[in-house]
Formats: sequence, C-alpha cells, structure tokens
Amino acid sequence: MNTAEFARRAAAEGLIDVAYAGVDSPFGHLTAAVTDAGIVRLAFEGEELDGVLQELADRVSPRVLEVPARLDGVRRELDEYFEGHRHQFTTPVDWRLSHGFHLKAREACYAIPFGKVLTYAELAAAAGSPRAVRAAGQAMARNPVPIVVPSHRVLRTGGALGGYGGGLEVKRWLLDMESGEPADDRLF
Amino acid sequence: MKLPPFQMLLDEHGSDVHRYLAARVGPVEADDCWQETMLSALRAYPGLRHQTNLRGWLLRIAERKALDAFRASRRRPVPVEEVPERPAPPAERPDPELWQAVRRLPGKQRAAVTLRFASDLDYAAIGRVIECSEDAARQNVRAGLASVRREWVR
Repeated sequence: MNTAEFARRAAAEGLIDVAYAGVDSPFGHLTAAVTDAGIVRLAFEGEELDGVLQELADRVSPRVLEVPARLDGVRRELDEYFEGHRHQFTTPVDWRLSHGFHLKAREACYAIPFGKVLTYAELAAAAGSPRAVRAAGQAMARNPVPIVVPSHRVLRTGGALGGYGGGLEVKRWLLDMESGEPADDRLF
Repeated sequence: MKLPPFQMLLDEHGSDVHRYLAARVGPVEADDCWQETMLSALRAYPGLRHQTNLRGWLLRIAERKALDAFRASRRRPVPVEEVPERPAPPAERPDPELWQAVRRLPGKQRAAVTLRFASDLDYAAIGRVIECSEDAARQNVRAGLASVRREWVR
C-alpha cells in the first residue's frame, strides 16, 4: 500500500482537488489546505480536523487528500513569516469559501500591510459598507485563511484586541511579532 | 448524502482493500491493483450518489481490478508452469500455499472465499461485492472451500 505513489499518480491525473498537510507554528500545529487556485483554508490546532476536512469536502470537492509535498511552499512562507522575515505571502488565496460582504471584508483585510492595524469600523468602510461593522467582525471571526488573510490586524476602536478565531493569545503574539517585540517578551 | 474526504477512505479502508487484493491476486500484483483501484475510485468519487457502504464500493472496484489483472496475466505470451517462490507473507496471511490454492479457484468462488476469510465480510456483504444473492455467496464460499480442501488433502 504505497500512498505516496498513489498521491503522485493522482496528482499527475489532476485528481487532487484539495491537498492538505500539517504545518508547525509557534502556537501549535496548524493544518493548511490548498487548491489549484491557492490556499483555501488554514486551521488552528483547536479546530477539530475532521470537521475542517468535511467542510472542504462539502464546499470544494470530496477529492481531499493529505499531500505534504504540495504544501511545501506554504510551509516555507509561514516559517519565514513566524520568524519575522516575511512580510507578504506570494501564495495566492483561493477565495471560494467567502461570499458577499464577507468576501469584500476579507479582501480589504488582505490589503492591510504587515505591522499595520485597522479598526472594525475602518475595515467595514474599506469594504464599502461603513455601517456594516458587526458583519465585518463576523467576516474576521470566521476567516477561513487566518494569518495569510491577516484578521489579527483588525482591532476594536480604542485599541482593544476584539476577538480571534485562534484565541486572543495568538492574536497578541502575531501583533507583537509584527511590531518587532523581542521574542523573550512574547507569550510562547 | 455527504461524501467524506477521500483521505478518510484511504485511512479507514486502504489496508482492507490491499489485504483483499493480496489474497486475491498475490502479493506482487496486489500493489498495482491497489493503485488502479484507488485511482478508479478517486476518479468516480465526486459523482457517487446514495452510497452508504463505501468499503463495499471500494471492494467492488478492487474485484474488477483483480479480474482485469487475471485476464491480463492469461494473455501474457509466456505462461509459467509453476508459481515462483515468494518472500514470506505478512502475519495476516500465514499460509501462502493455501491462498495459492484459493487463487486457482474459478472467479466467483475465489472472490467469495477471499472476501469471507481475508476481508471478513458476511455473506450479504459478499453478495453485494460480487453481485449475487446472499445464498449464492454462501454457496460460492462453500464450494470454493470444498475444492481447496480436496486439493489440500491430495
């Protein structure tokens, strides 16, 4: 039972619609999933993997396979980012899990550069609906590709952290890293 | 019906399918048949409807691939008189000569005996894989075992 050979032949035939693999991070084991269009999902350790994969099967394609080699580029870029050396990801985002205003809000979020922050109100305005502050918050809370789509860079008016799908400690760690805080002062 | 991610089929049933094929076509052909089975399954997977028994579906594809391999081996220009010696089988197939006797059975008997004793399916499930009734499946297992026993005693 040679699953690596199987993955190779399936890929050669274009039969792998979603490839996923684990990615280590300073705050635990992440799971990343890519399609031909780009990165479609990044899940934190706390998310139940079976549920994450089933959602991909339902909403993208049931041809979901674990293929670590397909994630090499994503893994390298994330490693560089966590070390503070990478400010932009070159892997494109596959937006197909986002629709309507959530898509607009996430695209606006994607444009926030490394080290900068917006408030939820500013994000709503940037997405074209200044009054949709609550919806902008929801779009961030359910962001399918956190870190790459930097929902951690969106804060409450006045500077409070707001929420974060991966937990507030992770949000704080990412913001500290981007502001150049020395690693010793960080939580992890 | 929601289809689970294909990786789950590989994880849950991949080794069952391989065990079935190893008993059905021998350890050397089994690797190729397993690849062909899983590639066929992956090709057809998104179009699958009303499928409640994914393991049975995979075994049905495996059975077709085993038949293909069997037909291909009969078409080969230089048939061999004797089955070549093979390395010791894994623990789940402790008696390679016995399984070679099973492989000499006619098609449905061979599939039925293999499904019963290598894959541990009940007769109803065997019937679904080889497309016959539960009674016919039981009859195929019984007839197959009788032949193997006759050959074994000789």
